Amino acid sequence: MSQMDLPPYATPGQRLWHYTFKVICGLIFFFLIAPILVIIPLSFNALDFFTFTPGMLAFDPEAYSLKHYRDFFNSPDWQQALANSIRIAPSATILSVVLGTLAAVGLSQDHVPFRRTIMAILISPMIVPLIISAAGMYFFYARIGLQGTYLGVVLAHAALGIPFVIITVTATLVGFDRSLTRASASLGAGLLRTFFKVQMPLILPGVISGGLFAFITSFDEVVVVLFVGSANQKTLPWQMFIGLREQISPTILAVATVLVAVSILLLTVVELLRRRSERLRGLSPG
Amino acid sequence: MTEATRTGQMLAADGTPLKRSLQRALRAQKLRALMLIAPLLLFIMVTFVAPIADMLFRSVENQIVSDTLPRSAQAIRDWDHNSGEPPSEDVLAAFTIDMIAAVERKQHTRLGTRLNYEQNGLSSLFRKTGRGVGDIGETYRDQFAALDPAWTDPGTWIALFADPSWQADHDAWEAARTAARSAGRSFAEPVPPFRLKDGMAGVLPETADAYLDFARAVQGGRNGDPAARAPWPPVYLALYRDLTAVGVGRIATLDEAAQALLDPAHYAVRGFERADLAALYAGIDRAWSQPDVWATIQTFSARYTPGYFLTAVDLKQTPDGITSQPADQKIYIMLFERTLVMSLTIMGACVLLGYPIAFLLANLPMRSSNLLLILVLLPFWTSLLVRTSAWKVLLQQQGVINDILVWIGIVDNAGRLILINNQTGTIIAMTHILLPFMILPLYSVMKTIPPSYVRAAKSLGATNWTAFWRVYFPQSVPGIGAGCILVFILAIGYYITPELVGGTSGTFISNRIAYHISSSLNWGLAAALGTILLGVVLALYWTYDRLVGIDKVNLG
Repeated sequence: MSQMDLPPYATPGQRLWHYTFKVICGLIFFFLIAPILVIIPLSFNALDFFTFTPGMLAFDPEAYSLKHYRDFFNSPDWQQALANSIRIAPSATILSVVLGTLAAVGLSQDHVPFRRTIMAILISPMIVPLIISAAGMYFFYARIGLQGTYLGVVLAHAALGIPFVIITVTATLVGFDRSLTRASASLGAGLLRTFFKVQMPLILPGVISGGLFAFITSFDEVVVVLFVGSANQKTLPWQMFIGLREQISPTILAVATVLVAVSILLLTVVELLRRRSERLRGLSPG
Repeated sequence: MTEATRTGQMLAADGTPLKRSLQRALRAQKLRALMLIAPLLLFIMVTFVAPIADMLFRSVENQIVSDTLPRSAQAIRDWDHNSGEPPSEDVLAAFTIDMIAAVERKQHTRLGTRLNYEQNGLSSLFRKTGRGVGDIGETYRDQFAALDPAWTDPGTWIALFADPSWQADHDAWEAARTAARSAGRSFAEPVPPFRLKDGMAGVLPETADAYLDFARAVQGGRNGDPAARAPWPPVYLALYRDLTAVGVGRIATLDEAAQALLDPAHYAVRGFERADLAALYAGIDRAWSQPDVWATIQTFSARYTPGYFLTAVDLKQTPDGITSQPADQKIYIMLFERTLVMSLTIMGACVLLGYPIAFLLANLPMRSSNLLLILVLLPFWTSLLVRTSAWKVLLQQQGVINDILVWIGIVDNAGRLILINNQTGTIIAMTHILLPFMILPLYSVMKTIPPSYVRAAKSLGATNWTAFWRVYFPQSVPGIGAGCILVFILAIGYYITPELVGGTSGTFISNRIAYHISSSLNWGLAAALGTILLGVVLALYWTYDRLVGIDKVNLG
């Protein structure tokens, strides 16, 4: 029996509190989820309004349209932004994943000198306020000629994604059975072979979910790209930010809906990977 | 008896003492770990840590004044700003050379912008003075020209000041250019860098210095040829000043051609009509006859300044020490306070909303809690801009929330609530955005609290409330601490959401930093504000690391 079930001997007061608590939780869940879900129907609005028109509330098919989606797919501005996002995020992700996984494997060994300090430095891009990272990168990258280039944006985004890779891969390595690598070595496999054939398949779920975190970090990031990039590198979030700040157009709702779909997809993959990884390492029975 | 027991040492299979063999293995292991970490550490150092360090340096850096006005910064050091008088003729002469060189290099407007942060009106003053400074010294140029027309010939100056080897290089360069032009080829070779003749700086120090700067500025800007241009009028001012100060004996150390040129001039300058520099500057702008502007230049001529940090805490560096900013310019302390108070409010709201959810998730059976966890993780994975735009749409006066309130009848149509572009908007939207960061650490702590403790308390007669408050809650405090620090760290540096839904009253210090970087271009102040913010965040980060361990952040 779970903690949350009401015992049969509960008093009316306890019963009342039990249901009140569930209602409160329901309301908080509603607060968490409703704002994200509400933009989905709004994005199909046939008119340029940001609220439900009477026609929409009456489920009149006339009141719904794919107009804003057409705007999104036909506007050169949005298409350029989409192309840039698709170009920048994967490059940054690959860079973060390769460097981050190597370092996480290094950090998980015994006897690493200055482990705590190194860890603190590697995680710091996640902690330092984005505006400060953006300001510093803007000044410094301008000095070394990286400001306003794709390379500059990719390097900056890779730096921001690295903490996520480090955290997820380190977490997978915690339950890693070291005798497996020893067994592999004793059977004659070299370091590289052991890494790719024994260690990598086991930590792969962590690596992939770290990569997805790094991807979404770059894909969603706007502050750094605003400063380090120039108009040629504008990404989807950049275009959304400008749109929201200047004149808000309902096309943004269509873009937002597409992005929500992307998030749901990524979340599903991460959840499946996490469960698989926990099962593989025997951490969870479920 | 074995080998090992005889020597008292344990030996490894290959015969080396076991201790040394182990040490070697350990060292190899450490080295391997570091080799794996090194590429990333290097990468982060270059792409992230170096930029931050560069920004920290900018918050105290002030080289622009001493770089643009090197002579004036030196000369004005001993001037007493309390005398009520503008500085002496020497300072004005030094300033004239500095200014004309800055104008040639187009740096005087940047300097004006920099000094304008400290005293309003200096930007336009420097622009105006930049246009007028080229005339200072004209009186002397005309008088030298009247004495000997050769003084306006660029060749005279080259012969007098340029090193003979440079003149030879220059002749070769010119010949190459003529050859290229007559052959119809384009010629982009730069003029060889100017070199000063030895000994001139000892005889005519100010003129040599001014002419050297002239030659470099002419070469630097549009790749001009100093041999093709007569010097700026202010160089004649320097020549006049040198010739009135130098003795005949010094001129006699120069070569004959120079003596033939300088001797009559040295004799004639005593009869020259003097130009009153103070009056000339007052003619350009009245401000130059007041000590204020000079005092500002003097105060900020140091290479490093605490000025930006003082501005960031509403103080001000004046020639007479540190004072408080005028009341209408005190905005930064207020902004820091607002950032803190709003971040604390958001943090509090997150605890209030996050605690019940985490409690529910931790106490439900695995299957249902995993399902509900998705509801927490979905916002976490949704783009920040999507969530901010959702709130922007919902909170508008013609938006969904106001529509619902009007429909229910809580507010009437005329009295629609203003929920956006103020503090309310920022707090609602940011609480929503940061709530998962509170729930996840709380949940991971609560999952580890054994349910048997609460059951034990109840079986000993505790009411539900007592069991929760005395037994369960204290065990969840580490989760609250971790969540609070995480939410607070993230909230205090937020930029996007306050910028989009905060209007003017709901913005944070980050928005001010962004404003100074991209709009007002006061980068030093942006860096100082950023450094203070970074200091606060790093202190919290350190606390978090001590309390929770940074590698234990739960990402769901």
